[in-house]
Amino acid sequence: MSAKSETKHALALFDAAILRQAALDAFRKLSPTQLMRNPVIFVTEVVAALATFLFVRDLVNGTGTPFFSGQIAAWLWFTVLFATFAEAVAEGRGKAQAATLKATRSDTLAKRLLDPADRRGAGAKVQMVQATDLRPGDVVLVEAGDLIPSDGDIVEGVASVNESAITGESAPVIREAGGDRSAVTGGTMVLSDWIKVRITAEPGETFIDRMIRLVEGAERQKTPNELALSVLLTGLTLIFLIAVVTLYGLAAYTNTTLSVVVLVALLVTLIPTTIGGLLSAIGIAGMDRLIRFNVLATSGRAVEAAGDVDTLLLDKTGTITFGNRMASEFVALPGVDQRKLAEAALLASLADETPEGRSIVALAKGDFRLTEPDLTVHNPTVIPFTAQTRISGVDIGERQVRKGAVDAVLRFLGLAPDQAPHEFRTAVDRISRTGGTPLAVAENGTLLGVIHLKDVVKPGIRERFAALRSMGIKTVMITGDNPLTAAAIATEAGVDDFLAEATPEDKLKFIRKEQTGGRLVAMCGDGTNDAPALAQADVGVAMQTGTQAAREAGNMVDLDSDPTKLIEIVEIGKQLLMTRGSLTTFSIANDVAKYFAILPAIFVATYRDAGTATGPLFQLNFMHLTSPTSAILSAVIFNALVIIALIPLALKGVRYRAVGAAALLSRNLVIYGLGGIIAPFVGIKLIDLVVAALHLA
Amino acid sequence: MTLIGWLQIGLVLGLVLVTARPLGLYMAAVFEGRRTWLSPVLGPLEHGFYALAGVKADKEQSWLGYTLAVLVFSALGFASLYAILRCQAYLPLNPQGFDNVPPDLAFNTAISFLTNTNWQAYSGETTMSHLTQMAGLAVHNFLSAATGIALALAVTRAFARASASTLGNFWVDLTRTTLYVLIPLSIVVAILFVASGVPQTLLASVDATTLDGAKQTIAMGPMASQEAIKQLGTNGGGFFNANAAHPFENPNAFSNVLQIWSMLVISSALIIAFGKMVGSERQGWALLTSVGVILIAGVAIVYWSETAGNPILTSLGLDPSAGNLEGKEIRFGQALSALYVAVTTGLSCGAVNAMHDSLTPLGGLVPMFLIQLGEVLPGGVGSGLYGLIVFAILSVFIAGLMVGRTPEFLGKKIEAREIKLAMLAVLILPLAILGFAAVAAVLPAALTSLANNGPHGLSEILYAYSSATGNNGSAFAGLSAATPWWNTTLGIAMVMGRFGYVVPVMAIAGSIVTKKKAAASAGTFPTDRALFIGLLVGVILIVGGLQFFPALALGPIVEHFLMLSGKTF
Repeated sequence: MSAKSETKHALALFDAAILRQAALDAFRKLSPTQLMRNPVIFVTEVVAALATFLFVRDLVNGTGTPFFSGQIAAWLWFTVLFATFAEAVAEGRGKAQAATLKATRSDTLAKRLLDPADRRGAGAKVQMVQATDLRPGDVVLVEAGDLIPSDGDIVEGVASVNESAITGESAPVIREAGGDRSAVTGGTMVLSDWIKVRITAEPGETFIDRMIRLVEGAERQKTPNELALSVLLTGLTLIFLIAVVTLYGLAAYTNTTLSVVVLVALLVTLIPTTIGGLLSAIGIAGMDRLIRFNVLATSGRAVEAAGDVDTLLLDKTGTITFGNRMASEFVALPGVDQRKLAEAALLASLADETPEGRSIVALAKGDFRLTEPDLTVHNPTVIPFTAQTRISGVDIGERQVRKGAVDAVLRFLGLAPDQAPHEFRTAVDRISRTGGTPLAVAENGTLLGVIHLKDVVKPGIRERFAALRSMGIKTVMITGDNPLTAAAIATEAGVDDFLAEATPEDKLKFIRKEQTGGRLVAMCGDGTNDAPALAQADVGVAMQTGTQAAREAGNMVDLDSDPTKLIEIVEIGKQLLMTRGSLTTFSIANDVAKYFAILPAIFVATYRDAGTATGPLFQLNFMHLTSPTSAILSAVIFNALVIIALIPLALKGVRYRAVGAAALLSRNLVIYGLGGIIAPFVGIKLIDLVVAALHLA
Repeated sequence: MTLIGWLQIGLVLGLVLVTARPLGLYMAAVFEGRRTWLSPVLGPLEHGFYALAGVKADKEQSWLGYTLAVLVFSALGFASLYAILRCQAYLPLNPQGFDNVPPDLAFNTAISFLTNTNWQAYSGETTMSHLTQMAGLAVHNFLSAATGIALALAVTRAFARASASTLGNFWVDLTRTTLYVLIPLSIVVAILFVASGVPQTLLASVDATTLDGAKQTIAMGPMASQEAIKQLGTNGGGFFNANAAHPFENPNAFSNVLQIWSMLVISSALIIAFGKMVGSERQGWALLTSVGVILIAGVAIVYWSETAGNPILTSLGLDPSAGNLEGKEIRFGQALSALYVAVTTGLSCGAVNAMHDSLTPLGGLVPMFLIQLGEVLPGGVGSGLYGLIVFAILSVFIAGLMVGRTPEFLGKKIEAREIKLAMLAVLILPLAILGFAAVAAVLPAALTSLANNGPHGLSEILYAYSSATGNNGSAFAGLSAATPWWNTTLGIAMVMGRFGYVVPVMAIAGSIVTKKKAAASAGTFPTDRALFIGLLVGVILIVGGLQFFPALALGPIVEHFLMLSGKTF
């Protein structure tokens, strides 16, 4: 995770303002119509109401134990409130971000072209309309200082655009008609020049609109896995409901009359309120983590799918290697001083502003401590690099220095390829074979040697791929290079597989093949020709700088346009599922201790001999809780407090480690399974001590 | 507990393990329609049946078609068995001249044999004619077992196939299971029983003169054949009321070992066959190991509790070294009685060689708890396997999430639909067991049937409904269950436990079979290693057991504490 994107939308885990708002929202969410979506907590609310009713009845009639039933009722309400609070906190963080976004969305006026087909530059006839009146197909003119009124594609012109409203990145980007940089987003500002934009979004459906809805959680629907987990929790709730209701009859057989308050307390401690209360917060927080990471997912489903990814398709350029080839070595021919070669290369590249050219200069200066000669005195003639000649160089007086593509330089020297010196050809061969690009250097008609240009693999990427491999994820490099070059880079970067000379159709075919084999595929892309593959992939991450078509096809958009993020996206998806699983396990494991707290308490008098204080089942009170009422109250309090205690974990997520599934599982089983059995024994005992000290029961 | 005792237990279980694999592989071959060494003989017979019944053997059914076939077949089976029971007085082969079976008992008995429960609210030797025993009860011993295995096969295919829509043909599975597995094994086992001294005759009874000179009439009948399928098909319905404690059903140590072996072998072999058919024999062994761990723990508790004996009797001056011998047969001993108790309840067999009602409180807790866990240890033939798969699905779902992937079992993603159906199936147990027990516990009409009051009486109620719902059939025999209330409610519990479970499980299979098979990777949670075994054990105990803990606390657990303080009921 880059520090840059972290700080951009940074929000403290618990921001005071968010907490205040969440506390209010927690009460608003008590509405049964809202809580129906969460069966476990809904059941808790119903029985809390029942307990309250019993408390009031006891209080009015002066019967029973209103002090006890009142406390139980209060803690049951707290249980519900803590659950709604957790959800409100998670939502609050999104809302705060939405507010920032909304601030950038202003009611702008747009210059709509009277004739959408008008391509006569900035002078076209326009009509001022409200941005909200724009429909797809309209073409608008946007000039320096204007806000782009809606999402669209540039049909004419080029401009620098400030997109900080959505990316948080203040450096302007260039947008131009045609190619992969033609998409613009409503709410961003043109800083210089002008563009004509064909609107692609319906009003209220623009990228920023969708982004606001997304972070506000308004569009949130239960994701498939969340749904399945809800069903499981509802089933468990029903099972415990049966167990508790029937206990009334079974106890009656032993002449033990169980009070409804006690049964209610048993029910609420047994049903999985912990995970039930935190489930939606976990889901919202997962989306939120992505957003803070500057990735927008169009659905929660996509985030879940990210955790399941088996195969990552990664573009070589920009993801695995730096975007450009860099000089890594000067190979001098026999009889040529290497320093002389370096100097010639330096001279020939001084006027070469391409990244390759600059890397040659840098290597010459770095490795050979050459200094840049002052050329102005010699009045040199610079021969710039062109795509046709593929040669650059400089003429200084009688000195003619050239460097360029091997065949081009040989042609310049008037040599046929097989006329080149043997050593020269060996060096060129070796470089090509290992995936590099050889450049020839010549001075005054003589070959001096070869420059080795190399795709430089990003540092640390090999380790990341190894980590992915241990997570069970296969990495596949996609490149337009020939198989030889591709293989060399693949080996160096440590990817599992590569797709060389890849066309968009190849990519699509490859994805389909993987999917037929039962694997989920993630990829990122930006060009229009990536769109079919992005749509086919299970997780398609489109770059914010990409075309509108690509952004529509993918199910995530990376605002930073950083393809390496795919790896973190997978981790966030996994973290989301892990957090759910861990807290579910914890919640269920908790029940063991709660039984040992509550059962001896409610059956304290069952089969008791006359004259003794406690019956045989009180021997199950291993924890030596102070009294039956204190035991029940402590269990209920623990059950409520544990929700609050786990909110930070639910929001931050269980830490993901790139180890194999088995290692991960055994680790989490120990922490959340075994921990889940032990923790409530300790917690309930401690609460019991406090309850007893305060004479609450 | 003695070393010899444990050696005996180990020997029997070892025998099962050694034989389960070849049998499992043979069964897998039969079920996949491959040629086996019995094909030359049975092949023509098999195809003859299909021709007679008009079954197109290669036409497969969807989950719904398969399930409907099972339900229709079972309904017809119920009708015919009910008719035989209600009319046996008019039918031949009734040498003792038994009367027709009364309606509520006939209902209960027909359901009981149909659902592979073999709960017997009657004494076989004084109620059922030879015809009823052979053409009614014994036939269903085969068919209910074959139905269970067929269902398990359908579920197995759901995991073995990918992106398919059909689960096999019920009629074919039923025929093959009966012809190739149950009948040949029954013949072999029946002959071994005869060899060990179990009678096989159509005589009504023999008269014997006792040492005191009194004349005693001892019931006889076709026992060895009945006994073989009763054990092999995990039916458990004995010829005698005393079941396998009766010296004719189970005369000696050899027959006792054979009984335990034949109870366990098919269910265990089915798990192996499952592994083989889904392409990972290791998976089968992992499931079998999980089951074995819990079962052996159960054996250990019973063995320990029974040999520890009853402190009340010890204080009265009885020698505690023999342990609690009430209701046990000396010829089997404590170790093999304990093993029988755990196995017959871990499986949904329900045959007994010792009276469960007479076990110590903790010794009696074990069989009850093993039944309540859902009869998956390794469960009834077929039903145990699909029950186990439901638990495996829940295990991978709960813990599988912890590896950060959508949970999958054998490459099939477990999603909302599967979980919904699995929970539906799992709900049946508490609903039927606790629901009926809670009503019976306060209903005077039900309570009059109890032989004991106090916690032991409650145990009798809980055990009865557990046994019926789990399709086990064994009883805490103190309960006089031949009353309209018990016959009816236990009958309903048996139907719920069988078909209420089968329908959602088949729907799961129907959903699973259509799914793609995801490729396994290092990121997939491996379900054939020790970790999964431990997890499955934990989920079976916690998810299966937590719900029954309060009820058990009021039954055997409190009885245990009371026994320690010197009270009996």
